[in-house]
Amino acid sequence: MPNMSLTKNPIPEQDPNVRNKNFEEVSLGYDAETAVDEANRCLHCKNQPCVEGCPVNVKIPDFIDLIKQGKFLEANNKIKETSSLPAVCGRVCPQESQCESKCVRGIKGEPVAIGRLERFAADYAMAHPSTDPIEVPASNGHKVAIVGAGPAGLTCAGDLRNMGYDVTVFEVLHTAGGVLMYGIPEFRLPKAIVQKEIDTLKAKGVEFVLNFVVGRTETIDDLFADGYEAIFVGSGAGLPNFLHIPGEGLNGVYSANEYLTRVNLMKAYKEDSPTPIYHAKKVAVFGGGNVAMDGARVAKRMGADDVYIVYRRTETELPARAEEVHHAKEEGIEFKLLASPLEILGDENFHVKGVRCQKMELGEPDASGRRRPVPIEGEEFVLDVDAVIVAIGTSPNPLIRTTTPGLEANRKGCIVADEVGMTTKEGVFAGGDAVTGAATVILAMGAGKKAAAAIDEYIKSKN
Amino acid sequence: MYQILEKRRLSANSVKLVIDAPYVAKKAEPGQFIILRVDEDGERIPLTISEYDREKGTIAIVVQEIGATTMKLCMLNEGDCLHDFVGPLGIASELEGYKRAAVVGGGLGCAIAYPQAKKLHELGCKVDLIAGFKNTDAIILEDEMRAASTNLYVMTDDGSNGNKGFVTAKLKELLEAGEQYDVVIAIGPMIMMKFVAETTRPFGVKTIVSMNSIMVDGTGMCGGCRITVGGETKFACVDGPDFDGHQVDFDEAMRRASIYKPQEQAAIKAHKEHCNLLKMEVK
Repeated sequence: MPNMSLTKNPIPEQDPNVRNKNFEEVSLGYDAETAVDEANRCLHCKNQPCVEGCPVNVKIPDFIDLIKQGKFLEANNKIKETSSLPAVCGRVCPQESQCESKCVRGIKGEPVAIGRLERFAADYAMAHPSTDPIEVPASNGHKVAIVGAGPAGLTCAGDLRNMGYDVTVFEVLHTAGGVLMYGIPEFRLPKAIVQKEIDTLKAKGVEFVLNFVVGRTETIDDLFADGYEAIFVGSGAGLPNFLHIPGEGLNGVYSANEYLTRVNLMKAYKEDSPTPIYHAKKVAVFGGGNVAMDGARVAKRMGADDVYIVYRRTETELPARAEEVHHAKEEGIEFKLLASPLEILGDENFHVKGVRCQKMELGEPDASGRRRPVPIEGEEFVLDVDAVIVAIGTSPNPLIRTTTPGLEANRKGCIVADEVGMTTKEGVFAGGDAVTGAATVILAMGAGKKAAAAIDEYIKSKN
Repeated sequence: MYQILEKRRLSANSVKLVIDAPYVAKKAEPGQFIILRVDEDGERIPLTISEYDREKGTIAIVVQEIGATTMKLCMLNEGDCLHDFVGPLGIASELEGYKRAAVVGGGLGCAIAYPQAKKLHELGCKVDLIAGFKNTDAIILEDEMRAASTNLYVMTDDGSNGNKGFVTAKLKELLEAGEQYDVVIAIGPMIMMKFVAETTRPFGVKTIVSMNSIMVDGTGMCGGCRITVGGETKFACVDGPDFDGHQVDFDEAMRRASIYKPQEQAAIKAHKEHCNLLKMEVK
């Protein structure tokens, strides 16, 4: 008998007033009993609308069915048939706008907690590692280079290695993982989980070359000369955008990238970390996406008393995952909605002392279909803060497109690629944020996956 | 891992390290920099490339012991390894096409000014190299600089080498004497670069400065190194490090460079307290 409860099984979480002072994971995950109970809410619809909602088409009803039967390892394997990083996606995918938005159970009541179940299966598998040695796929003798060890690159690398390619991943930072390591905070995605995924790839024979700047250390053309037959560019969208308002050069103004990198990658949250960070008391975060929520929640954990999200539109338009907004509110983050920063104010030492904001209202819908925020003339206010985190988006890094003749990019700097990732330069494929501009982990994974298949086809056609 | 092949003390608080880094050496050009981490949990610090040897696959850096990380770095010995070493980063200096140049180095900046002078000299440019130090004891690379320039002027703040004065005074003297430079390249503390730019401004001489801002990744990702140049925001790591000295907002850049001063002081104190080797040296 299906479980006809209208609501999802709640997921146990750390108490908001405890967790906003530590960096341990917020959600504790389902236990086996709860997972089976939640799995029983799935009706296993024939037409499977949830699968359509997933960018990598995870066989959702099938893996949930295995959870129902208590076959947790098999459930994880089922997810792995189409998704390389289930433990990651279960935590960071915007399920409410993807798989869960299509769930039939959501018509009346809450959809099945697909994300939480995915996470459960993946965590169960990690906690019960197979004792069999990892199978190393035999080499087919063809070399492929992957640029960037983020979600797109890792997925592409894993798929190609499984097909037998000799894969080398070049990463500019000292740690593989990309945004999973430098951007998403520990309390939302424990780094040990990401590291396990990377270690699995290594065990399968994927080679990682860290501290290597493609575009500087070697160019794309150099890599071809080194014998790589195809190259996948998954270099992400790492360049932080600024508002270009007065005061952005003041001390205490961070890009979200810088703030999060100092804390996540460089571990500035640990007392003995040699990487310095400014410990603010009151912080304004500009923007309303996941990165803004991460910045705000990290600032709170770093000891800030008051943290504000400053966003131009209303709560309905916040681009962040619903769960992140919910968590941020629980942790005491204040939302200053319909507000747009005009100027960052500085004290006599040129340190941030406040933000002057314009009050906004919603006008007519713009090209994106969202109602455009327009200023309410004469209505301004000042937020008293000593630090600002700018989280209004990122652009693709120009290093590769400017050093690769024949590789076209659009006006926004995104590499031009077709639906399977083929670029304007022969043998070069691209995917993830480098192509789409800043988007989600799962879309990047999907692009890495498609590109892996296209690269396989391309190399076979040449030989 | 990146092994230290050679270590040479240049002055009381500066050290030259030659690092085995063939990938970096293959592409390095004057003006570019690297980022390194001493150990697994270390801080990322940017350092400008002082020399490179493509055949040997080595990069030389010159380090001044000014913070906890640089102190740690300078305590390493030949045979030890750095945990991370990435580069070359930044855009190489444009040094071609000049006939007459003045290269101005301040303190440790001379370690970076010197290869620029050398390259200019090799390209057939007549180079006046003005090098400034606190005192005689702080003078580094004098022979190398002499070999890389047409005229070398070594100045000391206290006059202990017999040449008292700031580099700007010597530069002004040369400009007033009618030297027609195609370019003046200044590398050193920001305050020195600012005053070099102010010195050349009335003469209308093109002035290039090398901005050593605070940065984390060095590839355009953090934006911490942003400076204002001609009213526009630029990232020192990917748009530079070389910029038109007459356009740089030095006052802002200097303020931004000082943001972590309190933390740095605390880190130095902690390092000295915890470091047994240093304690022994003190005894």
